[in-house]
Amino acid sequence: MHIKTMAEYAANGETPEVLFWVGCAGSFDQRAQKITKAFATILDKVGISFAILGKEESCTGDPARRAGNEFIFQMMAQNNIQLLNMYGVKKIVTACPHCFNTLKNEYPALGGNYEVIHHTSFLQSLIDEGRIKMQEGGSFKGKKITYHDSCYLGRANNIYEAPRKVLETLDAELIEMKRCRSKGLCCGAGGAQMFKEEEKGTTRINFERGQEAVATGASVIAANCPFCMTMLTDGIKEAGKEENVKVLDIAELIEQSMK
Amino acid sequence: MRIVQELLFVILFGTAVYLFSRKAGQIRKNILLGRDKDLNDHPDLRWKNLLLLAFGQQKMFRNPLVAVLHFFVYAGFLIINIEILEIILDGILGQHRLFVPVLGGLYPVLIGLFEILAVLVITGCAIFLVRRNILKLKRFISKDLDGWPRSDANYILITEIVLMLLFLTMNTADQALQARGAAHYIPTGNFWISGMLTPAFAGMSDGTIEIIERSCWWLHIAGVLAFLNYLPYSKHLHIILAFPNAYYASLEPKGEMENMPAVQHEVQLMLQPELAANAPASDTMPKFGAKDVTDLTWKNLLDAYSCTECGRCTAACPANITGKLLSPRKIMMDTRDRLEEVGRNIKANNGTFTDDNKTLLRNYITEEELRACTTCNACVQECPVSINPLDIILQLRRHLVMEESSAPAEWTGMFSNIENNMAPWKFSMDDRDKWATE
Repeated sequence: MHIKTMAEYAANGETPEVLFWVGCAGSFDQRAQKITKAFATILDKVGISFAILGKEESCTGDPARRAGNEFIFQMMAQNNIQLLNMYGVKKIVTACPHCFNTLKNEYPALGGNYEVIHHTSFLQSLIDEGRIKMQEGGSFKGKKITYHDSCYLGRANNIYEAPRKVLETLDAELIEMKRCRSKGLCCGAGGAQMFKEEEKGTTRINFERGQEAVATGASVIAANCPFCMTMLTDGIKEAGKEENVKVLDIAELIEQSMK
Repeated sequence: MRIVQELLFVILFGTAVYLFSRKAGQIRKNILLGRDKDLNDHPDLRWKNLLLLAFGQQKMFRNPLVAVLHFFVYAGFLIINIEILEIILDGILGQHRLFVPVLGGLYPVLIGLFEILAVLVITGCAIFLVRRNILKLKRFISKDLDGWPRSDANYILITEIVLMLLFLTMNTADQALQARGAAHYIPTGNFWISGMLTPAFAGMSDGTIEIIERSCWWLHIAGVLAFLNYLPYSKHLHIILAFPNAYYASLEPKGEMENMPAVQHEVQLMLQPELAANAPASDTMPKFGAKDVTDLTWKNLLDAYSCTECGRCTAACPANITGKLLSPRKIMMDTRDRLEEVGRNIKANNGTFTDDNKTLLRNYITEEELRACTTCNACVQECPVSINPLDIILQLRRHLVMEESSAPAEWTGMFSNIENNMAPWKFSMDDRDKWATE
């Protein structure tokens, strides 16, 4: 599969249906790269013409802004908007809820207006349109899966149902944690915490969430965010369950179960 | 005699209203010390929030049992105000149960309903006292509430119970006197609850019961007026401010952070220097973020006065759950305490603030608290009266980083990585699409 960049499309005078905003975690983090590849594979299989920005993509500025550094945020945001507007981008899909939130809610004030979709919502519409078809008796059929709401998809943007609807197509047994949907417990990575040590406390947030997820008895924890992925994976390890419990992104679950 | 009582009442009522308005005016002044922010767009959505969140207490129903009890106390207090109106008019005009001839048969029904509400208020408050002092729910025994805040909560609940008991005793005495045909006690028909309690006064003389009735009447209305004046000093102010606070609640998605046009502009000039020629020169150095309460928006300050210290925010805060110092409730309590202090300072210095070497940041809220926040919005989600503690946390963080360059070393590294490599980690930009070729 050759993944084309916006520059390649533009050189041929073409425009793709959608821009796949990969994000820093999706580009550089080894675990998150697998999510990126899984989602790109789905788009390719379904036959959607998509592009990435490739080397031209920059951080959206989310962690800098939330840490308090508005200058770096504005630098990243304004450069990105200039680039996106130059390519005439209309529609963006991303597998990172932090990028999603920033592109969708914070770029319009700076002159960047796009239709921004999180990959779980995108997958749901592909399933609804019948463009993604699931295997009969896929590998997750009957398995216990619990879903972790990321803060930036859930509370920040009120998206609770789309990821659950996608998971329903797996024919798995969905078990909710007690703290779910708008009451979901953070994984501990947001607000730029991903990039620093936690403050002094009695435990780590991801250990607390990991235990809660393990307690459901699920063999798969479904995530929708590369940072939650890192945090939960460590949380499961701390609980000593990394052999029995896997943390997988919704895109990976679908990619492994579609025809 | 009657004219003396009328005069006394008018003086009592007038003083209570005057003192309350004066304090309310002071609070309004304090709130307006905040930075300006226009929150008058979309009145339709704002009225909807007012109706659902404040009148309907929508978010309280995240815990239905507590919500129902709270609703009784709230409805009781709101609806019994109709009865208070009669009491005030009676007091001013020297009448007794002025509304009886006007409402006729409806009167005992209304009073009967109020009495049922009074019993529900007593029940609700009693259960709330048990939850705070005997069951000791985690959010009520937190150290956030040590000292005055914990007493404040108990005083409020006890006062409400006492006021309702006075109301019921007054009605019972009235019913007993009516049954005996005592002068001035016009027949009203049977009150649903006090009507059943009259045997309690069986052996007493008319005179004694009348003294009880009059004492309860005076104590009740004096208690209500005293409570009104207690509100502005108490967390209980939420019964008033929850309404404007719901109206002015943010209509944006919770994930969106407020833009900083001053920084946007500066970065624009840096990236596109050709714009600088036309840019108006600014003579004042803009301040970035918030260090003290006056740097926050007026809505942040209204939030602080609206907080009733219930602690739902802190109970849901992942940092607090895992033992970090951060407590969103404390952020709000600190903001109110500091704002009151600044307000007193301005008053004492004839209208100008005199530096007291204190700020909200550090003297009240520490860096460690601010750094523990994951911006998960659980506190914002949980608050039943539309308070946003996260907004304050983020403004204080902006001050720390942009005015003081105070950030943990890892964050400083992250900033320079983003600036130099366009990613928060130290990877080469050229490797950004390496995954696509593997």
